[in-house]
Amino acid sequence: MSAQSVHSPEPRTGILRRYIFSADHKVIGLQYFFLALVAVTIGTILSLLMRMHLVWPAAHLPFVAGGIMTPEQYLALVTMHGTIMVFFVLSTVPQAGFGNYFLPIQIGAPDMAFPRLNMLSFWLTLLAFLVLLAAFFVPGGAPISGWTAYPPLSGLGEVTGPGEGTGQLLWVAGVLIFCIASLLGSINFISTTIDMRASGMTLMRMPLTVWAWFVTAILSLLAFAVLFAGGILLVLDRVAETSFFLPAGLVVNGELQMRGGGSPLLWQHLFWFFGHPEVYIAILPGMGAVSHILANFSRKPVFGYRAMAFALCAIGFLGFLVWGHHMFVSGMNPYSGLTFSLLTVSIGVPSAVKTFNWLGTLWGGRIRLQSPMLFAIGFVSFFVTGGLSGIFLAQPAVDTELHATYYVVAHFHIVMGVAAIFGIFAATHYWFPKMFGRRMNETLAKLHFWITFPGVYCIFMPMHFIGIEGGVRRYADSTGANFLAALQPLHLFITIAAFITATAQLVFFYNFFRSLRKGEPATENPWDATTLEWATASPPPLDNFGGHFPSVYRGPYEYSVPGAAQDFTPQHLESEQTHAD
Amino acid sequence: MRTNLETMAAHGSSAAVPQRAYVTGMVLALGGIGMFFTALVSAWIVRRGLSNGDWQPIEFPRILWLNTAILLASSVALARSRHWLIAGREADYRHWWGVATILGALFLSGQILAWRQLRAARIFLAANPASSFFYVFTVAHALHVVGGIAALVVIALRRPRHLSRQTSTQVAALYWHFMGALWLMIFALLLVK
Amino acid sequence: MARSRGCARRTHRPNRALALEFSRRFCLYDCVSRTRNGARGSAAPALLFALFLILFVAVTVYLFAARVYPAPPPISRGAALVDRQYNLTLCAAGAAFVLAQLGLACAVWRFRDRGQSARFISGNVALEVLWTCVTLVVFVGLGMFGRRAWADARFVSSPSNAIQIEVTTNQFVYTFRYPGPDGKFGRLDPSFISAPAGNPLGLDPNDAAGRDDAVLATLTVPVDRPVELLLRSQDVIHNFFVRELRLQQDAVPGMVIPVRFTADRIGTYEIVCTQLCGLGHNKMHSLLKVVSPSDYESFLQRQAAGP
Repeated sequence: MSAQSVHSPEPRTGILRRYIFSADHKVIGLQYFFLALVAVTIGTILSLLMRMHLVWPAAHLPFVAGGIMTPEQYLALVTMHGTIMVFFVLSTVPQAGFGNYFLPIQIGAPDMAFPRLNMLSFWLTLLAFLVLLAAFFVPGGAPISGWTAYPPLSGLGEVTGPGEGTGQLLWVAGVLIFCIASLLGSINFISTTIDMRASGMTLMRMPLTVWAWFVTAILSLLAFAVLFAGGILLVLDRVAETSFFLPAGLVVNGELQMRGGGSPLLWQHLFWFFGHPEVYIAILPGMGAVSHILANFSRKPVFGYRAMAFALCAIGFLGFLVWGHHMFVSGMNPYSGLTFSLLTVSIGVPSAVKTFNWLGTLWGGRIRLQSPMLFAIGFVSFFVTGGLSGIFLAQPAVDTELHATYYVVAHFHIVMGVAAIFGIFAATHYWFPKMFGRRMNETLAKLHFWITFPGVYCIFMPMHFIGIEGGVRRYADSTGANFLAALQPLHLFITIAAFITATAQLVFFYNFFRSLRKGEPATENPWDATTLEWATASPPPLDNFGGHFPSVYRGPYEYSVPGAAQDFTPQHLESEQTHAD
Repeated sequence: MRTNLETMAAHGSSAAVPQRAYVTGMVLALGGIGMFFTALVSAWIVRRGLSNGDWQPIEFPRILWLNTAILLASSVALARSRHWLIAGREADYRHWWGVATILGALFLSGQILAWRQLRAARIFLAANPASSFFYVFTVAHALHVVGGIAALVVIALRRPRHLSRQTSTQVAALYWHFMGALWLMIFALLLVK
Repeated sequence: MARSRGCARRTHRPNRALALEFSRRFCLYDCVSRTRNGARGSAAPALLFALFLILFVAVTVYLFAARVYPAPPPISRGAALVDRQYNLTLCAAGAAFVLAQLGLACAVWRFRDRGQSARFISGNVALEVLWTCVTLVVFVGLGMFGRRAWADARFVSSPSNAIQIEVTTNQFVYTFRYPGPDGKFGRLDPSFISAPAGNPLGLDPNDAAGRDDAVLATLTVPVDRPVELLLRSQDVIHNFFVRELRLQQDAVPGMVIPVRFTADRIGTYEIVCTQLCGLGHNKMHSLLKVVSPSDYESFLQRQAAGP
């Protein structure tokens, strides 16, 4: 079977058609990537403002209206930081960014199944982002109910607090638009993976990145639909005086609210039914990329490819059954708590299997510690740390002590804010040559890694201890209960570490943008890799393969095959071309 | 605007999007829509189960029985239309396609009538939980039906370039029948006291 | 592995089919750049990685095991059970943590690129089955073991001599209500709520049972007596958390949620709100006073005597 030869489409002319209003999946992937770059910058600045206020509450801070931060401004930062990071960074770059760019190429397709729908998804995501940011600029400011927006705090309007008026409404609107964008994106990803694989690309020959994007898209399709429903009901409670989530007899600020018999717990169930799969949406693509990169830079196949693919599916499936572990002390039936707990600890099993398999991939390899590999190994370290702290929270008895303390903040930041971000860094350094035809500077990349890796551990490990001592999360300062004052030294340490680490990210930015113009030109396959994206030019032509669509003859991780001509055997080469003579 | 895939398809490339991808896409979209309504149903179940005693079933507008029949009839019409398309009888295909579209529009008018009846009886969105859910379910469904009718009209006037007629009608029919099935489920729900 | 490389410095222009084919397999440039980047044979980064992980493990284990930042001592049997489960989990998670991070360190150091061949191993079914089973047993075992502490706190109903105290939360205060000598709580109605008028809970003035109810800003309970708190909220979701009891529970408007404990140490402990409730969330706190039985009797008498 030879590769198919097809007329290659002519490149678009004009900046607008080529780079802005383009339906080319590669352009769309980059658009998501750059949107997320803006989002992560904003999100990081918000968090630095929070950290500054926590240790210097009387300081005049930049960007803060009035200079000295008020509690409601702090809570607005908490809300927006969480929302921006979870939706516009972690649910964007790994899946919509890299997935859009590389899924079609890795399966040997010329584009996604529905390019125009793909374009619509991006522009809706951008719209959602702008609508959300608008909340900062309306009277009352951004909402203060956290990214979780529990009613009645979020469901009654301005009466429950500043920012709960128009700000909260814009928040819900932005989230609803994001839901639609994600749903459309998932339809594209799943259809493309099912229907557009090149000949010879069976399911068991797909790179693990493709498996991860595929499972993540299924999670997105089901989870965002539920969030959309919950969001619609919340909007109705706010603007149409319904009472889905609002009980009767509420007296807020002395005013009796005329509502009837709704349940605040109903929102929590709907939200967390989405919310838990959401965190797997954030991490699964990173896991796929890490498996991919570990194999490449260990010059060994992924240990237990089938188990890895199966574990991705298991995590995805189980992820829908565990939402109640966010609600152990919510007033939910305590017997349900036990059920959710057992399901939650069970999710630790496929996660552990993946970790063992990553170690197995490294073991016996020939490890090249280039920048993508550094970040990939860092991911494994963070995933172990963050995953294990989850075991504590999975048990309702222990959760009763640690719920809503900084222990939880530590846990989810290490898995999401660090591990997932390191997955993004690894993927960026790995695929930069392919996307831009140039290489990032290795020295700068290593400098960035060696400050960031210890730095983020310094930021988030102490949070466990703040939590164990009872430090409550989402507290604007420590002037309430007396025991909080003793935790300030830890907070100071964290803030200093945060500033150093955030500054080190400038190295990444400098490296990234400088390399776009001045990086060493990249070859087609600078990492000696086996998968299809390395079988085409850097960057790829418009239809990804210049008319010569590959066929696939073997699995994706044939490294160091005994008897082969080189220590890697690309997927698309026929057998005669790969053996040593 | 022409995507590069369309250019490839125009040149007969088999690496372009296969027709079955559109069916896959529609099935997935229906999965998402189904999940959305499932979330609403679970909200309904929870709300009904709360022992507040304020769940007052509303006066069921009798026109909904007629609307149901009309929607089911339109599904039957659409199925017949596709049957004639496959059999190669162009005129019959167009005829029944038009019937299905008109019946769909009739269903929507019937829903609007039902809402007006309720308003006349002073049963609004926020009157009580049962009425809230009634409106949420029927309005959400109706909005999806509007989309369906738009698709039927577009296919009748000019089919999308990159889909074959076989595929575009199959995809539209999938959506339309799903809307019918969804309505049956909502209808049954609303009948429960 | 034989590896012959030609040399073809390439740019990224597409449609040069022959050059593509050639350079796909033979590229000295890549080889040179790899050596230049120090990817082959350099022990420094591997050593640095391994040493950092070892240091990180050592510091973390020390800080957790030595309880440098401990929770305050527990003051109830329920709290002691929670601590026991926490310690068990710490041992299991700690062991896994040490093994995994040190395993990572070992792999990175031992298998750094020294020009060796990588072993072509694509998996080992027996090993997969083994570690899947071990993990399943450990994790599910932990979960099952922790059932006791949870069940103890939540599944049992209060004994008959339990003291019932109602806790009402609103933005941003705790209000505690004792039933008084008649042992009955008076009826509450939201329409009567008026903090300025001295009726923050909305006691119905027409209900005689409510006349002797004591409404206070702090919580006083006797030591070694079962207590049942009835958590309520007037506006948004709040929470009742006492660290020393290892106990917290959301107070949800529209619900009355019981929490039970038996304090076994006299002292004053802080109550804080952990569920984000508005701009005063961090200021919302009160005190739990655990007193001797005789002090408790005096306290009740003082309340009965009136303000």
